[in-house]
This record gives sequence, structure tokens and C-alpha cells, in this order.
Amino acid sequence: MVKQLKVFIESVGHRVVDSIWRLGYATRFILLVLLKSVPGFLRFRLITREIYFAGVLSLIIILVSGLFVGMVLGLQGYETLQKFGSESAVGTLVALSLVRELGPVIAALLFASRAGSAMTAEIGLMKATEQLAAMGMMAIDPIARIIAPRFWGGVFSMPLLAAMFSVTGIFGGYLVTVVFIGVDEGSFWSQMQSAVDFRYDIVNGVIKSGFFGVVVTAIAVFEGFDAPPTAEGVSRATTRTVVTSALAILGLDFVLTAFMFRGVS
Amino acid sequence: MQRTMMDFWVGLFVMAGIGALLILGLKAGNLTDFQPEGSYRLVGNFENIGGLKVRAPVKSAGVVVGRVADIQFSTQTYDAVVTMKVDTHYQFPKDTFASILTSGLLGEQYVGLLPGGDEEMLKDGEKIMKTNSAIVLEDMIGRFLFDKASEKKDTDPKI
Amino acid sequence: MADSPLIEFRNVNFSYGTRPVLKGVDMSMSRGQVIAIMGGSGSGKTTLLRLIGGEVSPSAGSVSVAGQTVHELSRDELFRLRRKMGMLFQFGALFTDLSVFDNVAFQMREHTDLPESMIRDLVLMKLHAVGLRGAHHLMPAQLSGGMARRVALARSIALDPMLVMFDEPFAGLDPISLSVVGGLIRRLTDTLGMTSILVTHDVQESLQIVDYVYFLADGVITAHGTPDEVRESKVPFVHQFVHGETDGPVPFHYQAQTYSQDLGIGVMKSV
Repeated sequence: MVKQLKVFIESVGHRVVDSIWRLGYATRFILLVLLKSVPGFLRFRLITREIYFAGVLSLIIILVSGLFVGMVLGLQGYETLQKFGSESAVGTLVALSLVRELGPVIAALLFASRAGSAMTAEIGLMKATEQLAAMGMMAIDPIARIIAPRFWGGVFSMPLLAAMFSVTGIFGGYLVTVVFIGVDEGSFWSQMQSAVDFRYDIVNGVIKSGFFGVVVTAIAVFEGFDAPPTAEGVSRATTRTVVTSALAILGLDFVLTAFMFRGVS
Repeated sequence: MQRTMMDFWVGLFVMAGIGALLILGLKAGNLTDFQPEGSYRLVGNFENIGGLKVRAPVKSAGVVVGRVADIQFSTQTYDAVVTMKVDTHYQFPKDTFASILTSGLLGEQYVGLLPGGDEEMLKDGEKIMKTNSAIVLEDMIGRFLFDKASEKKDTDPKI
Repeated sequence: MADSPLIEFRNVNFSYGTRPVLKGVDMSMSRGQVIAIMGGSGSGKTTLLRLIGGEVSPSAGSVSVAGQTVHELSRDELFRLRRKMGMLFQFGALFTDLSVFDNVAFQMREHTDLPESMIRDLVLMKLHAVGLRGAHHLMPAQLSGGMARRVALARSIALDPMLVMFDEPFAGLDPISLSVVGGLIRRLTDTLGMTSILVTHDVQESLQIVDYVYFLADGVITAHGTPDEVRESKVPFVHQFVHGETDGPVPFHYQAQTYSQDLGIGVMKSV
């Protein structure tokens, strides 16, 4: 009994030590990526390529999801607000929820599962097929040539995607409430404009999505680089990217929200 | 040819993203009435500000002319010091009356400015002397009951 | 200078964690030759290449390439040395997101400021040398195993290195591709004046093209010699290896308890 307890405690300790070690390793890796980012910026085409793969190819899913999320928000918001006779405030509701929360968060979740997982799988496969080692033997640092451009491509794409998500969402809300249901168009926009503040709502939303972009791409490139060079290792790393990113996004969202909107309105 | 295609899409993507930010700022947000350089400060002391918050609008005749920039409690006068940023286009006379009002029955609270007839205008950082506090529902009900009670006392011959 | 060996291993020890892989390896390889390092799977052959490339450092002893001790070099010096080396990985390790042309051009674009027109000529020359000039527009996924190996070969000689290392160049190739690749290694070594090191367990093919053979077993060099000496060798390990016999000094069975113990037959005494 005592021995079992000891084994149990040891396994808990082992896991804790292991994950702390991994966290430190990941941090060091990301610092290394930042340090080696200069060549990527000098040859911006490398980053352009990654913006294409991370950003442009995620556009469809971001736009379609944004439209539907906005439409649902409009419908649900209208259902609730009309009970209080204030259905013209539906524009405010749609815009604020999208700009402050849903835009950055859902766009980041979609980005993690669309672009983040692809990044992990690509880097993991390059490692498994010795492409990274081959590059090293050609006297080209794979972190500077492969990892850093992908990292920055993701970091640039994320806020833009989140902004597009919010805009299509607002358009979706407009479509449902104004065009289909018939809420007054003027009050839809004017109430929205008087409630949404540029500095406190929009800029904070963009800052949020910037944070999410850094976190998601950092997780994606690290998991890819750290993946065991086997088919199973790569597939596990891909799964871990999506799961860890999702948890990180939601946790970080709470922390950022607590800092940003404390004591204001 | 593949490269220029990619560049084209990335360029379009970045432009669309920046465009989305602009739309958010202009169409959904209040970037249009965001003029930081063209404003001056006015200060008003209120006995009670009710639920007034920073960034609440400052209106005159229903038109938004500025925003509440800061709310402090003064330990010298024991009242609230409200700092407002008002658009430089709108000048107000010295005897302007500032009161805290509510839009609708349960709406947000704002500062209403009622201009007086003075020749001289308020300057940056000057204090509005005539203020009117927010209407606090509990006080109003309390006063109403008190009035009723005293009315009764007058008319009741037994006491 | 011309007589001094290009690569020298002096009493090299290496271990992964606590598992020793190399135990006191001494080798010297001269310029302009094709040298094979043979040994069973997992005998530490690939580790030898990684030591030459400076990917790992020996735990004792030293590896020197062209007079420089590899593990004492700074990062920049090591990268400068690596530019003079080419390496062909086990399955080619072509960059899957680049075309054949861009794969071969990769190092030229990264390391030189040559104009694009000159890079184009050079790449086509390299591809012509391996017989794949016509395939320059294909993606690696469209190539057969043998073609991919040849493209990788063209890529590894892109900057005219003094040394090319081949990690299992024959693994998984059909007999025709195999002799094509083997012939290419020999011919390119001679025409470009480079040195080639082959790590392989394909005895028959390599004995036809190499100048010198080292046998590695259990982390030590058990035998070495020219192909003719090797074929005639009476050393039991070499004989077993060259002629592919299942049992000999290299046992068929992995180290284990006695068979009867494992099956539980040995516990008769308790009955």
C-alpha cells in the first residue's frame, strides 16, 4: 500500500518535472526563433510565402464561420432584446461580442486547427524525412530558414484574420436583423457606433488577436520541431498543437480580458 | 509565375485585413468622432454623479459635444470632480449649467450642458460653477414620502 | 598536403546517454577515394557521418577534417566547413515543397550571390550529370525512389564539395537504380576530384565501386582493406558479412536469458 502510494507520488512528480522542463525548453526554443528572425525579415519573400499558407488559405473557413456566427448572434440577440422592446440595440450586441471576444477567440481557434496543425505537420514531416538535418548539413540553419518565417507569417496573419472575422460577423448580423427581420437600419448602425469605442473595444480586440497569433504559432512550430520523427509522433504532435492552442487561447483570453476591461464601462 | 500569384494573393489578403480594421473603426466604431487634438477641458463639481462613468457622452441640446475624461472624488469639498473633454468647435458661456441626466428611463447617464447668456466663454481647464447632480431614485422617493407625511400633519386636526 | 589524409579518426569514443556506440575508432581516409564503412544495422555507422559533419561531438578522441578538429570549431567555422561537404541522406531528404530545380539550386541561392541565369546553367549541368536534366520541373513527390536519390546526389554536389557523405545510398532501390547510383558515385568522385564516404550494408554493389573498406562492429573497427583483400579475408566477421551467412561471430539471437529460463522450463527444481 505504502509502496503503491510512493509510486503514485513519484509518477505525479515525474509528470510535473517533465512538463516544467518542456515548458522551459519551449521558451528557449521560441527565444532562439526570435533571435534568428533577422534573415527572414531581410528576405521578406520567405515570410510572404508563409502568410499565404497560414493566412490566405485560412480565409475561406474564417469568412464562412464569421458570417454564420454573426447571423446566429443577430438572431439570438433579436429574440432576447425584443422582449424588452430594445431590438434596435441588436447591432451593439453583435458588434461588441464580435469585436471584443468572439472575433479574436473563434478566429484563433479556427486558425489553430487550420493553419497551426498544418504547420506542425509540415515541420514534423520535414524533420522525420531528415529535411531539417539535410539543411543543417548544408550549413543553413533550419530555425532561421524554416521556423522563423513560419512563426512570423502566423503572427502577421492572425490579427488580420480576426478583423475579417468580425467584419463578416457584423455583416451577418446586419443581414439577419436588418434585411430579413426588418430592424431599422439607421438605429442598427448608430447604436453600434455609439457603443463601440475605437480605443477600448477595437484596439483591445486587435491586441488580443495579436497575442493569440503569437501563442498559437509558437505552439505550432515548437510541437512540429519537437515531434518524434515518426508517423505516429507527427500525428500526436499535430493533435497536441490543436488541444494546447485551444486551452491557451481560452485561458489567455480570460487573463487579457481581466486586464483590459477592468473598471471600464 | 507561381510566385507572383502568391504575392498577389498575399497582397490582397493584407489589404483586405487592413480594410477590415478600417471598416471596424469607421462603420462599427466611433473613430469618426475621435478628435484628440481638437478638444479642451472643462471641470465641474457635482454633489452626486449617480452612475456616470468615464467616456460617457457630454451633450448639449442632445448633440454629443464631448466625453467625460476623468472622475475624481475631492477630499476638500467632499464632492465629485468630473473632467470633460469638449470639442473646440463648441464654445460655452461662463454661466453654462451642467447637469447629470439619464437618457430614457433606464438608459446610460450623460452630462448635459445648458448654455447661459454670458458674453465671456469658458476656457480650457475652467470650472463650471452651476451644476446639478444626478437624480437618485431613492432620494426622490424619500423626499416624496417626507412631503406626504408633512402634508398629512398639516391637515390632520387631531394632532 | 596532398598526402595527408582528408579525414582522421583518432581513438574516437561516443555514447548516446549511457549506451556506448563507438569504442576507440581509428580511421584515416585519403583524398580522391571512395571509402565504404560497412557494418550491421545499428552498429554506429551513421554516427560516424554525424561526427564528421559536426552534428555530434565525440566523448573522447577527435575527428579531423582537412586538418581541422571538428568538435573544436566555432559555429561559424563549422558552417564554413560544412559548405565544403555534401551529404546524401538515407531517403534523399529532398525539400518536398520545392521543385527538383529549386532543390538543386537551394544552396547556390543561399550561399552565393550568383545571378539567376548562371544558377540556371549550373543546376542544369548538375542535373545533366545525374541524367535528370529533363526532370527539373518535377516535384519530389513525382519522382521514383531511384530518381529522388539521383536528384539528392545532384544537390549534394551542387557547390562542388571536397567531401560527400552517403548514408545508405542503396537502401530500397531496385537493381537497375542501384547500379546507376553506384556508377554515378564512382564517376562523380573521379571527375570532380572529391572524396566519397559510403555508409552501407550493401556489400556486393559497394565492393565494385570502392577503393577501401572499413568494417564496423560493436563500435570498433574489426577489419579494413581494399575490396580484393576483403573478398579473400578469412576474418570470421568479414567472411560472414561478405557472404551473408546467418550465424557466425554476429549471433542470430539477441542477447537474452537462456531459452529454457524464458519459457519457464528451468524452474523444474521447485517441483
